[in-house]
Amino acid sequence: MAVFVQAEDFDVGAEMAAMTAGRGDIGALVSFTGLVRDMAGGSEMVLEHYPGMTEKALEKIETDARARWALQDCRIIHRFGPLAAGAQIVLVITASPHRKAAFEAAEFIMDFLKSRAPFWKKEAGAGWVDAREADEAARDRWT
Amino acid sequence: MQVLYFAWMRERIGVPKEEVETDAETVAELVDELKAREPRYAAAFADMASVRVAVDQELTELSASIKGAREVAFFPPMTGG
Repeated sequence: MAVFVQAEDFDVGAEMAAMTAGRGDIGALVSFTGLVRDMAGGSEMVLEHYPGMTEKALEKIETDARARWALQDCRIIHRFGPLAAGAQIVLVITASPHRKAAFEAAEFIMDFLKSRAPFWKKEAGAGWVDAREADEAARDRWT
Repeated sequence: MQVLYFAWMRERIGVPKEEVETDAETVAELVDELKAREPRYAAAFADMASVRVAVDQELTELSASIKGAREVAFFPPMTGG
């Protein structure tokens, strides 16, 4: 299991390098990085989360992805706390022998993170971000 | 048991968590008890379509049992990622 919930920023290149270091069996490494967009309401947001449940929820998403695709490794980092526009929020990296599993698993993990991980975004000046029906639909297509 | 609130539910109720003594057997019964307490609870639980619940850190439904639960959390739909 490689799930990290943290306030600190992360280095995408270093995380990818750590996953492939010392092994030659990985054929495909897919990474997704989510960033804070500069929204109309303000240039900063605060990400609240549920310590304890957050880690469990992310581990379950990773377990479900590993049950569905033959992943050689997987890493999920999700930040919380105040985040300025342009900041990195979330990182998902998946590794598999061939690209299809890594691509699909990364997308699956992000779709579940959106509406199954206990995070709530509050934009400075604009208030709590509403859940999007499109995110629910994106998740439901996997079931 | 500990009852936790997150995001706008925390703001409307005014506390992040509190100890609650209850004989409620389900989440729905607990919600009814809380709503009867004070207007701020009634306001927070006014639209149950916008309320999600976790019992002992597992996402569940309003009909779920809370017998023996240590922790019940209420929050709006999640917006991670």
